[in-house]
Amino acid sequence: MREKLIEFRNVSFRYREEHPWVLKNCSFEIYEDESIAIIGHNGSGKSTIAKLINGLLFPQEGEILIAGKPVTEETIWDIRKDVGMVFQNPDNQFVGTTVQDDVAFGMENRGIPREDMISRIEDSLTAVGMQEYHLTEPHRLSGGQKQRVAIAGVLAVSPKVLILDEATAMLDPKGRTEIMKTVTQVQAKNNLSLITITHDLHEVVQSNRVIVMNQGEIWDEATPREIFAKKRALREIGLDVPFVAILADELQEQGLVLSKEPLNHEELLEELWTLHSTT
Amino acid sequence: MDITFNNVSYIYQENSPFAHKAIEDLTFHIPSGSFVAVIGHTGSGKSTLIQHLNGLAMPTRGEVTIGDFHLKAKEKPKNMRELRSKVGVVFQYPEHQLFEETVAKDIAFGPENFGVEKAVIEERISEIIPAVGLSKEILERSPFDLSGGQMRRVAIAGVMAVQPEVLVLDEPTAGLDPRGQKEMLEMFYELHKKQGLTTVLVTHSMEDALKYADQVIILNQGKKYMEGNPVHVFTQKDALHKVQLDVPESVAFLSKFEARFKKSLPFRGQTVDEMAEDILRVVQGGGIDE
Ligand SMILES: Nc1ncnc2c1ncn2[C@@H]1O[C@H](COP(=O)(O)OP(=O)(O)OP(=O)(O)O)[C@@H](O)[C@H]1O
Ligand SMILES: Nc1ncnc2c1ncn2[C@@H]1O[C@H](COP(=O)(O)OP(=O)(O)OP(=O)(O)O)[C@@H](O)[C@H]1O
Ligand SMILES: [Mg+2]
Ligand SMILES: [Mg+2]
Repeated sequence: MREKLIEFRNVSFRYREEHPWVLKNCSFEIYEDESIAIIGHNGSGKSTIAKLINGLLFPQEGEILIAGKPVTEETIWDIRKDVGMVFQNPDNQFVGTTVQDDVAFGMENRGIPREDMISRIEDSLTAVGMQEYHLTEPHRLSGGQKQRVAIAGVLAVSPKVLILDEATAMLDPKGRTEIMKTVTQVQAKNNLSLITITHDLHEVVQSNRVIVMNQGEIWDEATPREIFAKKRALREIGLDVPFVAILADELQEQGLVLSKEPLNHEELLEELWTLHSTT
Repeated sequence: MDITFNNVSYIYQENSPFAHKAIEDLTFHIPSGSFVAVIGHTGSGKSTLIQHLNGLAMPTRGEVTIGDFHLKAKEKPKNMRELRSKVGVVFQYPEHQLFEETVAKDIAFGPENFGVEKAVIEERISEIIPAVGLSKEILERSPFDLSGGQMRRVAIAGVMAVQPEVLVLDEPTAGLDPRGQKEMLEMFYELHKKQGLTTVLVTHSMEDALKYADQVIILNQGKKYMEGNPVHVFTQKDALHKVQLDVPESVAFLSKFEARFKKSLPFRGQTVDEMAEDILRVVQGGGIDE
């Protein structure tokens, strides 16, 4: 049986009593080995979910379980060892005076032996292309370099649950693809749950399952293909579909009949080629 | 305002063991009223370049000219304040720009500082809030109690409230939801045209550069690597790959299509519907050129 790593049971949350609810009766489950994308308009509650998972916030209603343990004041320290998180703004996260100290910090907290740390620092910085900067002060990095280092920090720890909150927003598309490939490799090797909170539609395509948030509620939960088939409804809640889906739509409007919603270039090309060969 | 870089180099922590050359011998010209996209790999010097446009960084060597303002090594212009009232910059991490107790005060800070009357500021704010996709309720909240995308919208509103002549945007749509990304760029572009602004956009979105820019500058390791109109620059796949950049997705798709169908279907700036027409013609045409 696959282990259920995260469970939200009817969770509602607001930042202050006099404030409106930011999450409303949210329930979902995430298993080991799964990669989940959370998408939704600005302010829909995505980062709040991330902060609830690692116990930076606690829900007023409902319950959250991580690897079977309820998240409470008593359990958060254990739980945080299992949950690695990259925040939306990496500056809020840096603690070390150099890049390598910063990557070491998360490991020290989790009691990883010194001998292992050295090689893990080197491996994870190499994986994100930042090995040359190991002695640089984090605040002297460019925006994208900061994000790469923040990701190296969680990769080094290799937690059970990895949460990336718009962690690649400052990277160019190619850099983003490379980093996500690295992250996915680590995920597969260690059976992690990966949660990516993102506005990047390509990242969404790479996930097994998508949770769509809208105004604090779970609007839908399905595979990327199923989600991106709901073009009009997605646009109504401030979201969009990838370029291939837009092109496929236009082709269909001009009379082409496609057998399924293409998710990437190869699928659309294949479909076009088949149509071409049979005309 | 015209912008000119003349052999500009910038070194962080010069004369220290950590000296780092972020920009090297950069020369280019941005004519007044044009829309320029600056593109480059992580760490290529884009944000450093931008900091020269409002005097936050002074060239280590060379000279930057913005309208009548001259920025040279160790020679701060006397009228720096005036420069900053004319050049509005949205920085890469706009959270760092926010500091007031309420969103309303934060947006008002810039224009107040430049002596704009209170009544005028309020009028501007009421126009800007919906334009950046926020609602009035947010004005009395603390800027630190907002979501990432909401903070970015507030930071953008703060810069717009100054009504600058030069608009400098460092990845302004990072963190915005898809609709926000689209609407925000449309808003910048409308303003750019209507008010004859000079706009410099740092972006990782080749699609946006293609759609809005008159001119593209590609940086690589602090040096100018390519410059020209977007269609010309973005169809040079090999040259872009060499500096770890990709062509826009539409260009990439067409080039895969060409390879598969062995037909020539180059990118020439088509819209998606024009592209669909082109593709359909080939798909339904039958017969393959060898
Ligand atoms: N510290 C806070 N205090 C009060 N309200 C907050 C706080 N942080 C967030 N909020 C509010 O909670 C709601 C959800 O915010 P959250 O950060 O979870 O959104 P998000 O989906 O991550 O958005 P984005 O895509 O912009 O990052 C928003 O309306 C926001 O204004
Ligand atoms: N404050 C600083 N001190 C020293 N070096 C710096 C500082 N800020 C940036 N650098 C270095 O200068 C180079 C250029 O940085 P810059 O921020 O201009 O890059 P960028 O093109 O904006 O990158 P990104 O796309 O990641 O934001 C990088 O190698 C970076 O490490
Ligand atoms: Mg968020
Ligand atoms: Mg930058």
